[in-house]
Parts: sequence; structure tokens; C-alpha cells
Amino acid sequence: MQRYRSLSQCSDHFSATIYSYSVFFMSMDELADALSMNLDDAFPRLVDDVSTRLFWGLRRLTGDAHHAEDLTQEALIRAYRALQTYERQRIRSLKVQPWLWTIALNLGRNHLRDRSRRPTLVASMSEPVDFDPDPPDLAAWQDRLDRLSKSQREAVVLRHVVGLDISEIAVATGRPEGTCKADIHRGLNKLRQIMETENAN
Amino acid sequence: MQIEQQLSSLLGDRAPDSISDATALGTGLADGYDFYESPVGKIVVAFNPGGISAVTLAEEDYVSYFGHRFDRALIRAEAPKDWAYLIPQRIEAGSPGRLPVDLRSVTAFQSQVLLEAADIPRGEVRPYGWLARQVGKPGAARAVGSTMARNPVPLIIPCHRVVRSDGHIGAYSLGGPHQKWELLTHEGAEPGRLEDLASHNVRVQSDTSTGVYCFPTCHVIRSSQPGNVVNFASTGKAAQAGNTPCPLCQPS
Repeated sequence: MQRYRSLSQCSDHFSATIYSYSVFFMSMDELADALSMNLDDAFPRLVDDVSTRLFWGLRRLTGDAHHAEDLTQEALIRAYRALQTYERQRIRSLKVQPWLWTIALNLGRNHLRDRSRRPTLVASMSEPVDFDPDPPDLAAWQDRLDRLSKSQREAVVLRHVVGLDISEIAVATGRPEGTCKADIHRGLNKLRQIMETENAN
Repeated sequence: MQIEQQLSSLLGDRAPDSISDATALGTGLADGYDFYESPVGKIVVAFNPGGISAVTLAEEDYVSYFGHRFDRALIRAEAPKDWAYLIPQRIEAGSPGRLPVDLRSVTAFQSQVLLEAADIPRGEVRPYGWLARQVGKPGAARAVGSTMARNPVPLIIPCHRVVRSDGHIGAYSLGGPHQKWELLTHEGAEPGRLEDLASHNVRVQSDTSTGVYCFPTCHVIRSSQPGNVVNFASTGKAAQAGNTPCPLCQPS
């Protein structure tokens, strides 16, 4: 990340400094605005800002770090290609996070074919991905989440792990807000039940 | 602890660094690069989803060369699987073939000149003026010369097969004249013979049995009986002597 930023900005050290500070002060609306002004300049900021939540959300939804890493990259690349075709006005009014989640949740496995058309990182050089914060009962949590229905799991993870609000979850999943709310409610109840049963044993 | 709080602790605090590099490569916001062997030693080949974007000598400071010239980052990577296997064979052949080449870094005119140069057969050379004429700008020999100097993908687009209008080998962007000499020798173009002909003011040669005149490296004239070959100082003099231009090397 650092390498990419410093190299791409190497001709202009001053702007590189401004740029890395501005990341902390940019809201999602300002980011959409920056993307609409200059996609290529602003896109690395988008990657910096959203990839942590995108990756960890997908990590909890899929239960697999490598798969989550793949899906995160793929969603971001698709997002870039889509933005290249969008009108400026459309980009400016974009709700960046839920829009990205719409892309991420719709990724099929056909993206593996797409990969042969572009450069890929040298496998041995990518770092090991398993640096979980490792809550003591992480595996137990992955188990519990796996026992929810797909729509409940998506709604619960997007709400309470990723931190989207109900209207954003509705956009991301393409389901009405009422349904999302119900999914979260039922999902949390199911998780409580599962944990009560675990405690009883 | 509340279940909601426990769930929020499942969010890690950073994503793998590889995500930003892989995304930059996949979008083409950064180029990938890898090392290859060539007749002039180890080279660096840069690429993006659109094709090969740059070729430089590995002994040079290729990272800053690339950053300054293309204003994109450069990341160690593997070339797209669809055409990665073509790279070594096209370096050896000295032409792009089906290998995609990204010429966005040059002007439309330069791109046209480079694509024309890509068709010069292996082991043969053509003068700058000839290339200018082929792209419909007979007066643009100098512009052709500077286009060759700015060829982003030497070896794959064979600018080493373009020589000075007086027939001398001339300069070369990938290293220098020494590398150009090496490459032409490797392809069997006999640069020593070319320099010799140039210093004896020979531009074209004709075959007395066919009455056809060629550039000295054209495989047509090179398959003639040595006793039948006549030297000329210009295409005009060859034509005056009743010869017709070769349809393959098109000397005029």
C-alpha cells in the first residue's frame, strides 16, 4: 500500500504528503466527489478507505481469508471499471459503501476466468493473510454465523461487523429495509439461542 | 458482553497489503513487471491489462525510468496468463505477433510508425526515410528517427532494424550502438557487411538475371548468385539502369 502510494506519487513528494493526510479527513460523500473529478487520482484513496471493512466483512461471510482477499480485489477492480463508464453526476451521487457491497455480494466464481487477462501478484510475494485479531472464540463465532440463513448472515454481518445502517444494507442486498431489519432481528435472536445452548452444555 | 459488541470485535483493523497492489494491477493504475532473458542480456518487461507497456535493460534503474516516463507505479508481478507464454518467444522473434502492446504512451503518428516498423522481417533492416514513406509522410525521416528513440517496447517492436538513411547502423535506445550491433548479428543481418556497404555508398543492389533491385538485407537479393549482384548508390540510379523495385522490400 505504502509502496504503491509512494511510487505513484514519486514525481511530486509534496502532493504525496498532502494526499496521505487528506485520507483521514475525507467522508464517503467527499470521496464520491473526488472520484467524479479525477477517477485515477482518487481511486487509490477509495481502496485505502474501504478495503479493511470490505475484506473483514467478506472474511466473516465466507469464513475463508484467501477467498475473501480474492473477492475484495475483484469487487474493487469491477468497481473501477464501472466508474470508468459512469457519468460524473452519477459518480458524485453514489453511496460508495453500499454500492461496493452490491458488487461484492453479486460476485460469482466466473471472475476466475477474468483473472487470466490481467497481471497478478507473484504468489510467493504476497504476505500470509492470516493475521486475525483473534478473539478467543473466533472459530466459535464463524460456526455460529455459518448456522444462520444466507440473508440473515449477510444482514447481521453488514450491520454489526461492517457497520452499515439499515438503508445502506437495503441497497447492498437489494432487499427492502423492512426485510433487512427483520433479518437482523431474527439473526441476532438465532445467535443468542445458539449461545444459550452452548452455555447450557 | 452484548452480542452486538462481540460481533463488532470481529472486524479486523487492516486488510492484507496485497489487496491494494493487486487492485492497482487489475485496474491498470499500476503496471506489473517481470524479468526475461534476451540477446542483449537480462531485461525488464512491464505490462498491464492492455498489453506490454515497456521494455528496458535490467541493469538500468528501471523503476525510476518507468515512473518518470509513464507516471504510474511499477509492481513485481506475473504477466496475464492469456499471453504470458508469448513474451519469451516474441522477444526472440523480434516482433509482437499476437502479443498485445500498449502504445498509449506515444502519439498517434508515433504509434503508426512503430506498428509499421513491427513488420520489418527478422534479419533485415530499413532506413528511416523508407519508414517515413511507408506511413505516408516521406519528409518525416527525422520524426521517424525520434520515434525509434522513444520506442517504449524495443526488441518486441524491432526498432533495431531501422537504420540511418545513409545505411550506417546508427544509434539505439536499448543501451546503445553496441546492443544494436549484437541484435543484428544475432538475427544474421551481418552489421559488419552493412557498415561496409554504407561506407562504399551502396544503398540498393540489383540482380542482373531478374532486373529487380532490393535493399541489401532483403532475402530476395541475398538469395541471388553473388556474380549477378550489382551495387547502386541510389534507387534512382538502379531504376535508370532499367531495374524495377522489389515488391517485398519496396525500396521505392
